[in-house]
Amino acid sequence: MHPLLSKETGQNRLLLGNEAIVRGAIEAGAAVAAAYPGTPSSEIANNLFFISLEGDWPLYFEFSTNEKVAMEVAASAAAAGVRSLTCMKHVGMNVASDVLMTLAYVGVKAGMVIVTADDPYMHSSQNEQDNRAYSRFAGLPMLEPSSPGEARDMTIRAFEISESLELPVIIRTTTRTSHVRGPVKLGPLPEEVKRKGRFEKDMRRWVPVPAVARIRHKVLLEKDEKAQGLAEDSPFNSVKGHGTVGIVASGVSVCYVEDALSELDVKDRVRFLKLGFTFPYPVALLKDFIGKVERVLVVEELEPFLEDEIKILCKDMGRDIQVLGKSSGHFSRMYEFDPLMVKKAVSDLLGTAFVEPEMPDLSSLPPLPMRPPSLCKGCPHRETYNAVKKALRELGEEDVAVYPTDIGCYTLGLLPPIQMADYLLCMGSSVGSSSGFSVATDQRIVSFIGDSTFFHSGLSSLASAFHNEHKFCLVVLDNSTTAMTGHQPNPGIEIRPPGYDRPRIPIENAVKGLGIRNVRKVNPYKKKETVAIFKDVLSRDELSVVIAEAPCILYYKKFGGRK
Amino acid sequence: MDTMKILFSGVGGQGTLLASRLMGEAAMAAGMDVRVSEVHGMAQRGGVVESTVMLGGLKSPIISTGEADMLVSFEPLETIRALNRCSRNTSIVTNIRPITPITVKLGQAEYPDVDQWIAFIKSNYRRVCAVDADELARQAGTAKAVNVVLLGVLIGLGELPVTAQMMKETIRGKVKPKFVDANLNAFELGISSVSC
Repeated sequence: MHPLLSKETGQNRLLLGNEAIVRGAIEAGAAVAAAYPGTPSSEIANNLFFISLEGDWPLYFEFSTNEKVAMEVAASAAAAGVRSLTCMKHVGMNVASDVLMTLAYVGVKAGMVIVTADDPYMHSSQNEQDNRAYSRFAGLPMLEPSSPGEARDMTIRAFEISESLELPVIIRTTTRTSHVRGPVKLGPLPEEVKRKGRFEKDMRRWVPVPAVARIRHKVLLEKDEKAQGLAEDSPFNSVKGHGTVGIVASGVSVCYVEDALSELDVKDRVRFLKLGFTFPYPVALLKDFIGKVERVLVVEELEPFLEDEIKILCKDMGRDIQVLGKSSGHFSRMYEFDPLMVKKAVSDLLGTAFVEPEMPDLSSLPPLPMRPPSLCKGCPHRETYNAVKKALRELGEEDVAVYPTDIGCYTLGLLPPIQMADYLLCMGSSVGSSSGFSVATDQRIVSFIGDSTFFHSGLSSLASAFHNEHKFCLVVLDNSTTAMTGHQPNPGIEIRPPGYDRPRIPIENAVKGLGIRNVRKVNPYKKKETVAIFKDVLSRDELSVVIAEAPCILYYKKFGGRK
Repeated sequence: MDTMKILFSGVGGQGTLLASRLMGEAAMAAGMDVRVSEVHGMAQRGGVVESTVMLGGLKSPIISTGEADMLVSFEPLETIRALNRCSRNTSIVTNIRPITPITVKLGQAEYPDVDQWIAFIKSNYRRVCAVDADELARQAGTAKAVNVVLLGVLIGLGELPVTAQMMKETIRGKVKPKFVDANLNAFELGISSVSC
């Protein structure tokens, strides 16, 4: 029995924020879930995957090929009356945004929850976009937990809100709420889970041709008014303390503020508005708060999502108060916050003294050697990179080649001594960007993509590249798993977790099926042979695909031998 | 109780996350409010791995400059790197066995003089316990138990409201059965190596 299916109601478990979301979804009776993995969201999908694989709980889960597909799977399940969930990292929401924007119009029948896990400071990401913007962009309600306990509670409530409004609800976490453990009190598991529903046809709702979409946009705006009412009364939004100095915070910033108020011993001097249901903005609550304070510090990572709204409301109310935060220079729009940063801002707000901890003089510290993350010892990707390098060297092209790369462990090919990663935008961009380089330059283009990324968004780009007669060599680093995010399956995998028996799509078949003629397979550990094949392929001036097949060594240790 | 901010630092693969998790579980079992933060994803591929355990009602998951009450470091270079999070008042538990970073192997950087820096740390911080955790783990029967050795040292300092008994219960409940005995040995060896 999976630990997140524990029946010990009332007991505390030390859960990750991501695990708490899973527990909340299980308690709420979610029966269909789909996702594409991505840090810091991956543990949500991993736990749902193993719960469904173990088979003793009525949950359908799939790793879809990308976030867009996953959101479509969850959306249609919810349209058919089955509670559903999808989760992704912040940039995954970009991939799914085409679904999101119109899903807001057509809505759902049963509750649907969309989890976006943002990554301020880019611990494991290529940008630090603030996905709260998506909530406003699409007009969807949003909850932001500040602790694992709240993550569970909010997930359950999100299903209820979603069902009452017939709109999906967004739960937005950040790395520091997804990857923090805290006590979570287990609630009861549902007696019955609705695993199958029935889709009721309604062409004036589910098919947003222009005439229907015009109606549904109006419906969405009406629902948003109701959602605002729910935000006003939500127990996730609360005011503590009193006085004319205010603080507003949401998400992990709530934690920093609470600790700062305790450590500075100023709880009784501040009116603190803690927001958890942040969109639609609880306008009445904010106005009431603004009416009572002379100065307010807004503590939120990344964009001034709350700060700007508070300024707008001040203007509406004709209230001339100081709104401090990003624009006052107290906080940056970049990176994540830390407790000291917030403590300093709060002591500045109140004009209280703040004693810095006494540290020994560290000025004589030498520069410390870095520990950049690197490919594991024995990783097959390293062999492939070396073989390509050798082949190009022997062809006299090592110095002129350009290496578009993609997202996965192999992005670490950026670092010395490999240094074979020159251009990257997003998942799947190796293929599209190679197309552009091949028409805009005469340089040799060798690009790299992993097996999971290939299915995520490389396949359609490769169709485009072949059709448009682009000339480059695409190396598919097929290690039979989605390694970087913790070994999730994808359609191409040969080595499987026990019990996983879904049909396989060999990448070779997919590529040949597109009509590409120059397709080769190599075993990168057979060095001579691999170099020879690369030399052969790279001496021709046409689109080629080389599939370097060798399992991730960590994954092989886990599940090797099971085919 | 007073609040307590414990920073765990090490290199990917050393079991820092398990150590902080065991600490958090033991604290929760003892009825304390606790937060544990972890690093996942790209940062784990052989890089520096940090986690924190925050006790006594603290909500923040991370530790700022100079604010750690205790540092538990699995590797001496990482101890030095984490000093910016320590104040004179910090208690420091450190392993003395280096793990050479790739940048040093490639000749791009120099590994600091461990003895010199341990001496610096001992003379500048409130309480410092430097042990050869790798050797103790080996004596306990599993080289992998470096993390539990260091947990033993941490508990052995007697500064936390978690007793050795509570931690042993947690190890019994959370570690895979076949590794329990070796880990309990490692924990005991850690406790008895406290001489600071």
